[in-house]
Amino acid sequence: MARAVSKKKVAVVTVIAWIVALIIFFPILYTIITSFKSESEAITGFNLIPSGTLESYAAVEAQSGYFKFFLNSVVLSLGSTLIALLIGVPAAWSMAFAPSNRTKDILMWMLSTKMMPAVAVLVPFYLMFRDLGLLDSRVGLTVMLTMINLPIVIWMLYTYFREIPGEILEAARMDGATLWGEVVYVLTPMAVPGIASTMLLNIILAWNEAFWTLRLTTTNAAPLTTFIASFSSPQGLFWAKLSAASTLAIAPILIMGWFSQKQLVRGLTFGAVK
Amino acid sequence: MGNIVLKKVNKSFGATQVIPGIDLTIEDGEFVVFVGPSGCGKSTLLRLIAGLEDTTSGAIEIDGKDVTAAAPAKRGLAMVFQSYALYPHMSVAKNIAFPLKMAKMSQAAIDKKVADAARVLNLTNYLERRPGQLSGGQRQRVAIGRAIVREPSAFLFDEPLSNLDAALRGTMRLEISELHHQLKTTMIYVTHDQVEAMTMADKIVVLNAGNIEQVGSPMELYHRPNNLFVAGFIGSPKMNLITGNIAVPFNAQTIGVRPEHIAISNTEGAWRGSVGVAEHLGADTFVYVHTEQAGNVTVRAPGNIEIRHGDVVYLTPDPDHIHRFDRDGLAIR
Repeated sequence: MARAVSKKKVAVVTVIAWIVALIIFFPILYTIITSFKSESEAITGFNLIPSGTLESYAAVEAQSGYFKFFLNSVVLSLGSTLIALLIGVPAAWSMAFAPSNRTKDILMWMLSTKMMPAVAVLVPFYLMFRDLGLLDSRVGLTVMLTMINLPIVIWMLYTYFREIPGEILEAARMDGATLWGEVVYVLTPMAVPGIASTMLLNIILAWNEAFWTLRLTTTNAAPLTTFIASFSSPQGLFWAKLSAASTLAIAPILIMGWFSQKQLVRGLTFGAVK
Repeated sequence: MGNIVLKKVNKSFGATQVIPGIDLTIEDGEFVVFVGPSGCGKSTLLRLIAGLEDTTSGAIEIDGKDVTAAAPAKRGLAMVFQSYALYPHMSVAKNIAFPLKMAKMSQAAIDKKVADAARVLNLTNYLERRPGQLSGGQRQRVAIGRAIVREPSAFLFDEPLSNLDAALRGTMRLEISELHHQLKTTMIYVTHDQVEAMTMADKIVVLNAGNIEQVGSPMELYHRPNNLFVAGFIGSPKMNLITGNIAVPFNAQTIGVRPEHIAISNTEGAWRGSVGVAEHLGADTFVYVHTEQAGNVTVRAPGNIEIRHGDVVYLTPDPDHIHRFDRDGLAIR
C-alpha cells in the first residue's frame, strides 16, 4: 500500500520535473527551431515546424564570420579557466588545510563581490582598461573573466578540498610521502573530480558571460556573445538570423554540457548531501 | 629499536598551552597507553611524537637521536588513525604497499611483504577491494597492515577502536595485544577508555589537562593511585571518594574505597543506607546506596545477591583497602 502511494508520488514529481525542464528548455528549443526558418516565416507568429532552410546560417556566416568569434570564445573561456584554477587551487588548498582565523571572512568577502552589480564598477574598469590599452584585447578580457569567476572557483574547490579528510594527508606523511608524493599519489587522485567539475562550470560561465564581453570588446577580442548581439540591434529584428547566430553560439557549450552533465551535477551538489 | 624520550615537551596553540611540559621515557618494546578524559592533550602528545604537530619547546628523542625538528617520515614511526585514514582510491593491496612504494622498495619485495601482512591480518581475500567495500574491523586491519609492513621502530595508535562496536572492539583489543607479543615493537596507544588502558598496557600514562598525573603499570595505578584524579579515573565502577567527618579518623581530607572493597550486609555494618539502584549484570551486581554517613556509595556485590530498590543495607569498607588523600588531593602513604 505504502509502496503504491510512493510510486504515485514519484510519477507526479517526474511529470512536474519534466514540465519545469521543458519550460526552461523551451526558449532554447524555439531558438533552434527558428534558426531553420526563413525571415518571413520567423515573423509570421508562433510556429513549431520550420521549413528547414539553412539560409539564415549561410547569411550569418557570410556577414560576420562565425569562426573568429568562436575562436575568441574558446581562448577566453579556456584561458580564464586555466588562470582561475592556477590561482584557485593553491588558494582553496591553503584555506581548506591551513585555515587561519580570517579564512571564513575572506571567503565571505569573495562571495560578496559576486553580489555587487557589475554595472557599479563598469566605469572605473572601462577607464582602467582604456588607459592600459586593454580594451578589445584577449588579454584584458581573459583577466576580466578570471576575476569575476575566481570567487566561484575558489568556493567550489574549497568545499571539495574540505571533504578530503586531513588525516589521510597525515597518514601519507607518516607513510613517508614527500610533499610531491602526497600531491601526486593521494591529493590529486582524490581531488580530480572536484577540479574537473569546477573547470567545466567555469568554462560554461566564462563562455556565457555577456556583460563585460559586450562592453569591453568590439571586434578583435569579441566572443560569441558579441556575435549574437551584433545581429540584434544595428540591423533591426532579423529573428531567423539572430536565432541562427544564437544556436551557433550555444551549440558548443550545449554539447559539452551534455557530455559532462554527470560530472557537473556531482560537482554542484557535492558536499550538500552527506 | 624504539626507545622514546620526551624532555620538557611543551605545546601551545597560540596563547593556549595544551601541554605545559612533559618528561617521559618509553622503553623499547613497551606497550604504553596514554589515557585521560577528552581534551587532556593525549592525542596532541601522540601527534607531537609522530611529528604531525611542531613542538613549541623541549625535545623528543627516538633511540637517542633528537628528532624534535625531523619530518614525520624521518622518525621511523607508523601511525594508525581513529578514522583509519585509508586511501579511498587505492585497493587494500595498494594501501598496504604505499609506505613501501614511498620507500622505493622493489616491486617483488613489496609484493612479498604485502602478502605476508595480509596473511597475518586475515586480509588475503580482500586485497583487490577498495576500503569502501570493507567493514570497520577490516578497515582497521588494513590500517594496521599499512603500519606493520614498514617495520617501524614504534607504532602509534590514536584511539583506533573508538569507531567500532563493542563486540568488535573486544576482539580487536586482543588482536592488537597479540600483535604486540608477536612483534615486540614499542607501541604507544591513546585512548579515553580506561578498560583498554588496563587490559593492554605494560605502562599507563594518565594525563589530565596536559599534565602527567601518574605513570605506572595497570596494577600500580589501581592499587596505589597518586592522587584523586587517578583514583577516580582508573577502575570501573569508579572509586568512592568520601570527604568530611568520615575521613577525620583516617587523618585525611578525603578517603577512597573501591566498590569491590566494601562489604554489604542486611544486618550490620559501619554505614547505614538505603538502596537506590541495583544493577544486576549476572556475574556482579552494582549497588548504588544512599548512606547517611558517607553520602552516595557504589558497591560491587556478588551476582546472586538479592537486593532491590529501597532495601536498608549496611556497608563496611575493607580497612586494608582504604586510600587516603590530603587537602591537595595527593595520596597519603
